[in-house]
Order: sequence, then structure tokens, then C-alpha cells
Amino acid sequence: MYDTIIIGAGLSGLAAGIRLAYYERPVCIVEKHTTIGGLNSFYRLRKRDHDVGLHAVTNYAKPGTKTGPLSKLLRQLRLRWEDFDLTPQCGSSVAFPGVTLRFTNEFALFEQQVAEHFPSQIDGFRRLVAQIQQHDELNLANRESSAREIVSRAITDPLLVDMIFCPLMFYGSPTAHDMDFTQFVIMFKAIFLEGFARPHEGVRLIMRKVVQQYRKFGGELRLRSGVKRILSNNGKVSGVELESGETLEAKHVVSSAGSAETMRLCDIAPPEQEPYQPGAISFVETIFSLDCMPLDLGHNETIIFYNDNERFVYDAPAEPIDLRSGIICSPNNFQYATPLDEGRVRITALANPNYWMNLPQDEYIAEKDAWTKRIVESALRFMPDFRSHVIDTDAFTPRTITKFTSHLNGAVYGAPHKIRTGTTHLENLFLCGTDQGFLGIIGSMLSGITIANLHLLKAPSSN
Amino acid sequence: MNTDQIRQVIMKILSRIAPDNDLTGLKDEVPFREQMELDSMDFLDIVMELRKLYRVQIPEEDYGFLSTMASTVQYLIPKLQTATA
Ligand SMILES: Cc1cc2nc3c(=O)[nH]c(=O)nc-3n(C[C@H](O)[C@H](O)[C@H](O)COP(=O)(O)OP(=O)(O)OC[C@H]3O[C@@H](n4cnc5c(N)ncnc54)[C@H](O)[C@@H]3O)c2cc1C
Repeated sequence: MYDTIIIGAGLSGLAAGIRLAYYERPVCIVEKHTTIGGLNSFYRLRKRDHDVGLHAVTNYAKPGTKTGPLSKLLRQLRLRWEDFDLTPQCGSSVAFPGVTLRFTNEFALFEQQVAEHFPSQIDGFRRLVAQIQQHDELNLANRESSAREIVSRAITDPLLVDMIFCPLMFYGSPTAHDMDFTQFVIMFKAIFLEGFARPHEGVRLIMRKVVQQYRKFGGELRLRSGVKRILSNNGKVSGVELESGETLEAKHVVSSAGSAETMRLCDIAPPEQEPYQPGAISFVETIFSLDCMPLDLGHNETIIFYNDNERFVYDAPAEPIDLRSGIICSPNNFQYATPLDEGRVRITALANPNYWMNLPQDEYIAEKDAWTKRIVESALRFMPDFRSHVIDTDAFTPRTITKFTSHLNGAVYGAPHKIRTGTTHLENLFLCGTDQGFLGIIGSMLSGITIANLHLLKAPSSN
Repeated sequence: MNTDQIRQVIMKILSRIAPDNDLTGLKDEVPFREQMELDSMDFLDIVMELRKLYRVQIPEEDYGFLSTMASTVQYLIPKLQTATA
């Protein structure tokens, strides 16, 4: 009998697991896939190591900083600053028709860029920043409210509004067109006020440190152990049944599989009504290995968020891929002491989940290749032409994301409505991770910590 | 445990949960929150560490006693009387 079974060995599940294991709760993480990581996993293809979900770790803070999400989670997980080897970015930008706003991990640059390109808006921008700084985004009782409405009260130029929303939506909006204000604040702080960094080794280092810590404290991890059903009677969970037919008993179950996904495991017909609607925002990610460094081609930016449509549209597109906007990321362009072995460029664009989900296998491969070419062509408006230097290409789609993480629709940021308190219709079943609402690499770990603290550790252990 | 030993235990816990804080100048009468930027997650950790180390149960309504070193030690004296350091 476990104190807690955690569904999913992604960052949120592992972080929750570390907290429980550290405080000596018998805990087991069950993961469907053959490896850990979930949305933040890694793979090897044609002798090259690739990351799934890492452009940049957000929420950067200098080692030793005492406040902010990164320092909070390192303390809670008993990790040291060195463990994640976070190296700050070189500099990023938001590139729109006629205007480019640059930013680094020093917020002053972004503010100065806004003042320079939007002089009539700078007072409103400063008011907005003050409001963002005062908002307690970690308060689980915050009500949903429209960020566009609040931002538009301070900033009247729709171009600037779109340029602020663009990176925040791309890196963390489960909803189309608008964001919940709390989610907007989380992302604004994570990207503009705190900033980007990356470990030299990429995702593998973060995952390794987290899983080592979990094991060191005595946590048990079972891979290839998909949960088929969450067992319950009289409103209480008693354990889980695995796909193998084996059952495991537990006093509590925490699921990071997603809210709609978890409800399906409870034998509850997926309710049509909110709050358990799955998300529908997903992406195609293309990865190019180069025979030179991006810098050799004159490309020195860490991340470029681009859009060349008159308005920035963030939604699941009608066509297979939305070519009007996207993200260009070069993992080489961080301030490492030694360069990475190989030049890489990653380009990401919004994708239509249904289209990619339903293609027959033979067409799927051909379509992936065709659209990869189009994505590059569209990104070349914002960066040097690197096509003659490409020595290897890979791409993954919403279909890949669903296959390896079981998130419906390949939804990277989960359901549109978050269940911030993590509670469900069953008194000892809790949600953590993406659908609790703290997302991204740092956010998902904070989510696991928050749910473990609130629902499992505060309550006196009964053993 | 005597008062000094209890204080040592708290110092040890604080250095575990906030390794980047210099604890040498810690003032016993001033709230931890003001001196060390502890948040509610950290206070939960003080409680949890005490439970882990000495099986002391601290109900949530008593968390207020843990605001300064002096009040924490005072609060823990009866609870840790029979414990050995
Ligand atoms: C392409 C891409 C790029 C990204 N880039 C960034 C970035 O640059 N910066 C950033 O901060 N974030 C980024 N993210 C987001 C970040 O990776 C995620 O927000 C974070 O990893 C979510 O963690 P999680 O624990 O909530 O969910 P998950 O990682 O999805 O964990 C859920 C786990 O549950 C498992 N599971 C599901 N169903 C079952 C079942 N029935 N039984 C057992 N196990 C099950 C899944 O296999 C999975 O491992 C990116 C994501 C993607 C996909």
C-alpha cells in the first residue's frame, strides 16, 4: 500500500514525488512511456541527441537569488543552483511587420525598446508592469479574467499589445486569442522580467538531476506502467489498475496526465461541459542540424518570436500549419563557456491537431516533409538562409506529442480551464502539472510541489 | 533538549531550506520573514522537517508561533522536552 501513487514521470510528477519521498511517504510514480520527461523529454535519432520540450528555461535568476520561482523550487527540491547549470541567453526579439523589440534577461532593455518604438505607450506600459509586479500569480484563489481587457486599458496601440502577447502565448497559453490574466502575469514575469537560460547539456541534465533526487530520497519509479483505470468507490480512490492488469493500492493518487485525460481514467464519460474540456493548441516543431554554428551565418539571437500578419492570431489554424507566425530558437545562442558540438536551429509553428492526427501513415511522412520546407521558408524572412548548411532534419507534430505523452490533441499547454486547487470530484484524487495551471519547465515543477504541499504534506501523515 | 539545543535544531533546518542565506547574524526577536525572505512554503518545511526529525506534530493553527526564532524555541520547549538532540 503506497501513501501516494503519482501518474506520470514528467517534471510535475517528479517534483511532487521528490517532496513526498523527502518526507518519507511511500510513493510510486507510474509512467506509461519507456522513459521519463513527458512533454520535456529527449530522444536520439541518427546518432544525434534531441530535446523535445526545451527551447529555453524561463524564470532565470542569478545563482543565489532569494526570491522568485526558480529559487523557490530549488529550495523545495533540495537542489543546488549548480545542478541545472543554467546559462543565460544572448538576446531575443519579437519581430513584427516594421517593428522589432529586443529583450535580454535585463528588463531595462525591453522597457527602453518599448519607449523607443512606442513613445506614446511607455507610461501605460510602466503602469502595466507595476500591476503585473503586484499580482500574486501563485494565489490559487485567483479568478479567471481577460488579460486582453486589462492590458488594453494600459496600452492603446494594438500592435504593441500583440507584440507583448506573442511570446507569452507561444510559451504558455492554453487558450486561443486571449489569456487568463494570472497566466499572462506568470508568463510575463517568466519571460520578460526574469528571462531565458539553458543548461549546456539541455533537457537531459534537468531530467537526470530531478530523477536522481527522487530516487535518492527513496521514491519508486515504474516505467512502461500506463494506468488503465483509477479505482474508486464511494467517492474515494483506492488505487490504480495498470495496463498490464496489475493493481496498486494507495491512499492518494496525484495525476499529471491532464484533467480530461484523468477523468477518462476514472471511468467517467469525458464530460462535454467545462472544466474538463481538453486543450486544442498544439505545434509542429522542426529541428535542423547544421554543418556550422548559427553565429557563422550571422544569426546570434537566442529566440525570435515572429509574426508578419497584420494582427497576431493565436489559435489552432484551419490549415495544417499557420505560416504567418512562429518561433525560431537556436540552442547555441546562450552564453556558454564552451560552444555546443553542433549548430542547431529549431522552428516551431502553430498546427491543426485534427489534421495531423488523422493523416494516414504514408501521407503523414510526406506532409511532414512538405510542411517542414514551408515553415523554413516562412522563418527565413526573419533570419539568414541556413538551408545549404543543413545536415540533418527532424520534425514532430501534435500526433507525436499525443503518442508519447498521451495529452489529447497534442495540446502542449493543456486544457483551457485550469483547476488551480488541483482538487477533483474524488476526495483523494488530485491533479498536478499542466492542467493545474503552472506550466513550462519551471512552472510544472512548481505545480507538483504546490499540490504535494497543499494536499498531501499539510495533512498529518496517518502512518 | 534544552533551549540552546532547540535553537541549534532550528538553525540546522533553516540552513537546509534556505542554503543561500547567511544565518550568522540572525536575530532571535525579528521575524524570519523579514530577515530571510521565507515564504509559506518554507514555513511548511520547518514544520515538516520537525516532524521528520523528531515526530513533532504542529497543527496548522499553531504556525503563527513559528514567526521568530525566540517564539519558535519557546513553542517547542514542551514538545521537545523528552527528545534528544
Ligand atoms: C515542443 C515543446 C517545446 C517546449 N518548450 C518549452 C520551453 O522552451 N520552455 C519551457 O519552460 N517549457 C517548454 N515546453 C513545456 C514543458 O515541457 C511542459 O510544460 C512541462 O514539461 C509539462 O510537464 P507536466 O509534468 O505538466 O506534463 P507531462 O510532461 O506531460 O507529464 C505527464 C506524464 O504523464 C504520463 N502519462 C499520461 N497518461 C498516463 C497514464 N495513463 N499512465 C501513466 N502515465 C501517463 C505521460 O507519458 C507524461 O510523461 C515545451 C513543450 C513542448 C512539447
